[in-house]
Amino acid sequence: MKRLLLIAALFTILLAACTPVDLNAAVPAYDTGVDPQSWAQIPTGEFYFGQHDEVQTSPAYEIMITNVTAAQYAAFLNAALAEGVVQVDENQISGYYPGDEFHAYKHEERIDPGNYIYTPLDDPSQRIRFDGTDFSVQPGYENHPMTMVSWFGARGYCEFNGGRLPSELEWEKAARGTDTRPFPWGDEVSHGNANYYASRDPFEDMDTFGSRTSPVGFYNGQTYDGYPTLDSTSPYGLYDMAGNVWQWTGDVYEGMHYRFMRGGSKDSYTMDLRIWVRNNAAPTYFSPGVGFRCARSGQSE
Amino acid sequence: MQWFSKRFNYLFSSTKGLILVAIALIALVTATWGMLSGPMAEMGIGPAVTRFLRMDMVQAEREGRIVTLYHVIAMAVVAIEVYMITGLIKMKPIYKTAINATITIGYIVTMISGLGFAYFGHSGALHGIYISGLTLIFFAGLLLVIALWPWRKEYHQADQAYARTKGGVDLERTAFFVTALTTLISSLFGAVAGAYFGSGFQVFLAENVIRYTDKTVLQYSVIGHLHIMLALIAIMITLIVGRWLNFKGILHKIAMPLMILGTFVLNIGVWGVVTPFQPIAHMIIYVGATPSMLAALLLLIWSWGKLSRDHTAHIAKPNFLQKVSGLLRDPLKFGPTWQMLFMNFTTSGIGIFMAVRLDEIFRVWPAREERIELTGHWHALSAIIATIILLYYGDIVDLRGKWRQIYGWGILIASDIALAAVTVFEMKRLFISEAEQQPLVNGLMYAMDIGLGLLLVLLAGMLVWRLIDLFKSKGRWTEERKQELSQEVNP
Repeated sequence: MKRLLLIAALFTILLAACTPVDLNAAVPAYDTGVDPQSWAQIPTGEFYFGQHDEVQTSPAYEIMITNVTAAQYAAFLNAALAEGVVQVDENQISGYYPGDEFHAYKHEERIDPGNYIYTPLDDPSQRIRFDGTDFSVQPGYENHPMTMVSWFGARGYCEFNGGRLPSELEWEKAARGTDTRPFPWGDEVSHGNANYYASRDPFEDMDTFGSRTSPVGFYNGQTYDGYPTLDSTSPYGLYDMAGNVWQWTGDVYEGMHYRFMRGGSKDSYTMDLRIWVRNNAAPTYFSPGVGFRCARSGQSE
Repeated sequence: MQWFSKRFNYLFSSTKGLILVAIALIALVTATWGMLSGPMAEMGIGPAVTRFLRMDMVQAEREGRIVTLYHVIAMAVVAIEVYMITGLIKMKPIYKTAINATITIGYIVTMISGLGFAYFGHSGALHGIYISGLTLIFFAGLLLVIALWPWRKEYHQADQAYARTKGGVDLERTAFFVTALTTLISSLFGAVAGAYFGSGFQVFLAENVIRYTDKTVLQYSVIGHLHIMLALIAIMITLIVGRWLNFKGILHKIAMPLMILGTFVLNIGVWGVVTPFQPIAHMIIYVGATPSMLAALLLLIWSWGKLSRDHTAHIAKPNFLQKVSGLLRDPLKFGPTWQMLFMNFTTSGIGIFMAVRLDEIFRVWPAREERIELTGHWHALSAIIATIILLYYGDIVDLRGKWRQIYGWGILIASDIALAAVTVFEMKRLFISEAEQQPLVNGLMYAMDIGLGLLLVLLAGMLVWRLIDLFKSKGRWTEERKQELSQEVNP
């Protein structure tokens, strides 16, 4: 009898594990009051880079204070499609990339000049809709970060808008400022600071769909329907530099085709929210947990 | 005072007592530090434990803390293996006493000072004592190598049923010797890198740099070190199980040369990562791993046949079901080799699949996904080694009747449920998308937690029983004080 009970319990667990997930479950809509068109100015100067506080110098640059939103990306796709910069190829948007130099290192893969995926259109996690003519955003996700975007798609957006992806160095300085803090807001992390795995934010339900993105700038000290957040900006006023979505950076390294991401995501434990943590993937990779923001050079003294 | 000294002598001078102390300390450390991460951290227990114990958890030092914690646990496991070797293999009593005393002081010093340094402030003195503890363990290993020297006449194997050279050199002893010697050499690959800590070398976790093309020699050295040390601990436990079960016959004669060859080649491959042979090191490792695994397979075939025969000896012509029933009658003796077989599902199989489809599948995913596979993979191997030790320990303390069955099958079923769930978790991206995975992840987490929870309950039960026994004037410990493992190998 006891054995039967044990088997029944295990079987129930396995059945529960097969529950289908509603990827379009209603998402709470909040206006964070943060303008995703804003840019922060980062001055030239030394700062501490990496886990072991190596002193580095960066030139002055500007960087977006939030991740690029789904609405901004839809607007880009509409404009870029009209100008012929992107193409709709069957179930994906793609655009041209001039290619990388190939060094034939072990595991290195060729990135030749050609068209590469920006974002898929047929993935159930995609929040951008395409009716054959126009791109729009699934209601409720307008001010969420653009996800399901490849490195090519992130780069394409930034270059179309006169910018570029930040280098890892730039990303880290923007997140950290000039001290040695491990998180953009300081030394410790708590639920009110960022959207991470099981952070109990209003967008997650760990019994069903798990974690979801939060609107850009959500963690700004406001209370949303009784859910209090802490003002978690970086020293230069950037939002979401830890958690929510991994952010593509622009560096192309010799001997590897991988592109690097920073910041951790809604699916990360807090250890991956530490400023120096690096993640990487093939540049064609896209995911509901990966987004980006842009930088541009030389605007600040 | 006599009450205390008798028990102290049992715990710190008898093989069975020493093993009990090491298991208890590992259980204590694992139970406490296991609460700091994973589901326990999600539930808020991790931060509460940190506050309660007043741990000093600087974010930038996480990797260093983990490396220290791994060493603390691994050194106690190495000590258990050494106690088993000195209890099973013939050697001069002076060596046995010296080895056991040195490694006991070594691992306990390493444990206390290592955890103190890593989690409770960063006293340089504690770090120095921690290094001293590791040095003592190295010295104990050196003594063990000397004690195991197989070419001494008195250690020659006279019995033709065991693997031996024409001149009579005991090849099983030689396998123990080669494994111990290469373990000592391989430990230097970690020690050298550690010696440069802070002056050209910074702490890192291997799984975080796996895709980088610009790894330094010291990083390669550490990566090689951690791989080979775990492999050698696994090889040593296989040899120990073979001795405990009294592995012999034709399969023993084939297996021991294979084990010696495999261990040697495997080490050469791993040491090669810091030489110009680095590009072909993996190939040498595969070549070395094959005979080692084949030797373990031969042990499995021999032991399953023997278990089945022994338990059906009373039946004139046992049928297939009776043979299987005979095989499964004693979980403590069936379990270790079953776990070795199960390891092929959780560790070797996954490793080979990853190696074969690395660029097509695993390197398309983000590095953080690959990290899950890598860490899950070797956590599973470590856990399997731990369960084999616990199964042997159940036999050492002479569990009988239903408690033998409950303890043995409990460990096997609980650990295998947990490790199967870990394996599916590692590979989940092959069959489910990131967006749809949460219910599956929850189910797998429950399976892991139930499995590991049951395992810990069984271990806690065993330890509480042993603790109560210590308070009895004529408890089991009084008999164990005089017993030795070599007297208890299978007939």
